[in-house]
Amino acid sequence: MPRRVVITGLGVCAPNGIGLHDFTEALKDGKSGIRFQPQLQDLGFGCQIAAEPLVPDNLANNYFTPLQLRGLNASGIVYGVIAGTDAWKDAGLKMDRSTGPDWDTGIIFGTGILGVDKFRESIHLVDDHKVRRLGSTTVLQTMASGISAYLGGILGCGNQVTTNSSACTTGTEGILMAYDRIQSGKAKRMLVGSCSDSGPYVWGGFDAMRILPRQYNERPTKGSRPMSATAAGFVPGSGAGALVLESLESAQQRNATIYAEVLGGSVNSGGQRGEGSMTAPNSEAVTRCIEEAVRNSGIEKTEIDLINGHLTATSKDTLELKNWSRALERSGTDFPYVNSFKGLVGHCLAAAGSIECVGAVLQFKENVIFGNVNCEDLNPEIEAHVSSSRIPRKTERYRPKIIAKASFGFGDVNACVIFSAFND
Amino acid sequence: MELLMDESRYEKLREIIKIYLPEDVSVDAISSESHFINELNINSANLVDIVLDVEDAFDIILENEDMDQMQTVSDALQIIETKISDKA
Repeated sequence: MPRRVVITGLGVCAPNGIGLHDFTEALKDGKSGIRFQPQLQDLGFGCQIAAEPLVPDNLANNYFTPLQLRGLNASGIVYGVIAGTDAWKDAGLKMDRSTGPDWDTGIIFGTGILGVDKFRESIHLVDDHKVRRLGSTTVLQTMASGISAYLGGILGCGNQVTTNSSACTTGTEGILMAYDRIQSGKAKRMLVGSCSDSGPYVWGGFDAMRILPRQYNERPTKGSRPMSATAAGFVPGSGAGALVLESLESAQQRNATIYAEVLGGSVNSGGQRGEGSMTAPNSEAVTRCIEEAVRNSGIEKTEIDLINGHLTATSKDTLELKNWSRALERSGTDFPYVNSFKGLVGHCLAAAGSIECVGAVLQFKENVIFGNVNCEDLNPEIEAHVSSSRIPRKTERYRPKIIAKASFGFGDVNACVIFSAFND
Repeated sequence: MELLMDESRYEKLREIIKIYLPEDVSVDAISSESHFINELNINSANLVDIVLDVEDAFDIILENEDMDQMQTVSDALQIIETKISDKA
C-alpha cells in the first residue's frame, strides 16, 4: 500500500512576513508586502511597485557562515535558505554538522532563475577582461540548483537533492514530486520549496510584456487585485516558501507535529494547443488537472471546502474560476470557499506555489480562511460561477477539512495539490 | 603605497586566511609554514578567493603562475613581498 504523506514543518520568507508568526499575522490582518520601488522608478519601469521580503541586515548571520556571506549576491538563495532552514527546524529536525548524510532525507527546491544580481556582477567583470576576479562562488550562486545545493550542505541531506523549474507552477509541482518520492518509498522525508530572486532584472521582462499594473504606483497596497473588476495585472514579487513532507510512519515514530496530510495531486500541460499558448492556459488541461487531482486523492468533488487559487489579478481570474467550477461541477453558493494571497504578496513567480502552499496549510492550524483583499469590487463575470459569499473579504473563523491548491505557469503547465486536515 | 613591515603583512594575511578555515581548524593552527590545503584543510576552490583578497588587501595583481606556486603561507608572503617591491 502506498505510504501516507504528511506535512511536519513549514518555513517562509514572504514579502509581508518572514517566519511563520509574522506571515500568519499578516495574512490574518490583510497586511500587504507590496511597496513602491524607487529603483524601478529610476529605471523607467511602467509598474513601479513590487513585493519583496524585507530581510533585516543581521538576519542572514543566523543562517549562513561568514564565509558563505562573503560576496553573496543572490537574493533567492538568501530567501530559500531562510525558509528551508526554518521549515527544517519547525519540523523538529536537528542541524548537526558532525554527523554523516541523512540518506533518507532529500530536497526538491525549485526556482525560475537564480542569482541574477551575481550574474550581472560577473557579466561586467567578464566584459572588463577580469574573468579571474569572479571568485569561487559565481557558479554556485548562479546555477539553478544553487539553492538545493546550499540547503543540502547546511542540512546534510543524502537522498535526492535537486531543483525543479516550471515557471509559476514550480513550488506546487515540487510538493507533488516530493510526495511521489515518499509515497513510493524512495525517501522518508523531503524538504520541498521554491524561491525567486528580487529585482529589476527578474521583473523587467514582465514589465515589457505589459502584464503588470501601471496605475497603482502611488497606491502600492491597492495594486494587486485578484478577482476584482479593476484587476490590472499582477504585481511582481519574490521570496521563498518551504515544507517538510514526511511519511506518516516516520512522523509518528518521532512524534512530530502534523500540520496536514497531502492526499495527492496532479501535474499536466496544455501542450500550447487550442486556447493554450506559451503564456495562456488551455482550459481543458486545467480542468483535467483538477479532476485528476481529485480522483487520485480518493476524495469526492463535494469534499473540497476551500480553494487557494492561482488567481494572479489578471483577466484570466474569471477563466480560472470557471475552470474550477467546471472541474468540480459546483457553482454559485455550492462552490467551495476561495481565496488568493496574491492581493498581499503579489505574484512571487517561482516562489508563488510554495509561499501560497505554506499559507494554505496554515489555515488548518489557525482554523481560519485568510481573507481576500482588493476585491471589494468583485468582477461581476466571476459571480456567474461563484457566489460572492464564497469569497471572504476578511479572515473568517473556519475549520477547513480539504483544501485544493493550484498553480499555473508559462509554458502552459499546471499543478494541483490536495491537502487534508490530518485525521489518523 | 607605504611598505609594511613583514610582521604586519603576516598578520594581514592571517586575517584573510581566517575566514576560509573549516570549523574544526582554529586560527592558532596558522603558522608561516602551514600548507593551505593539506594542513589548514582549506577548500581548494577557496584558494581562488584568498588570492583575490590578497590582491585587494595589498593592492597587487597575482599572475596564474603565482597562484600555482602559492602552496603555503610563506609562499604567499614571498609572492606578496616580491610584488610589492616590484611596484616600488
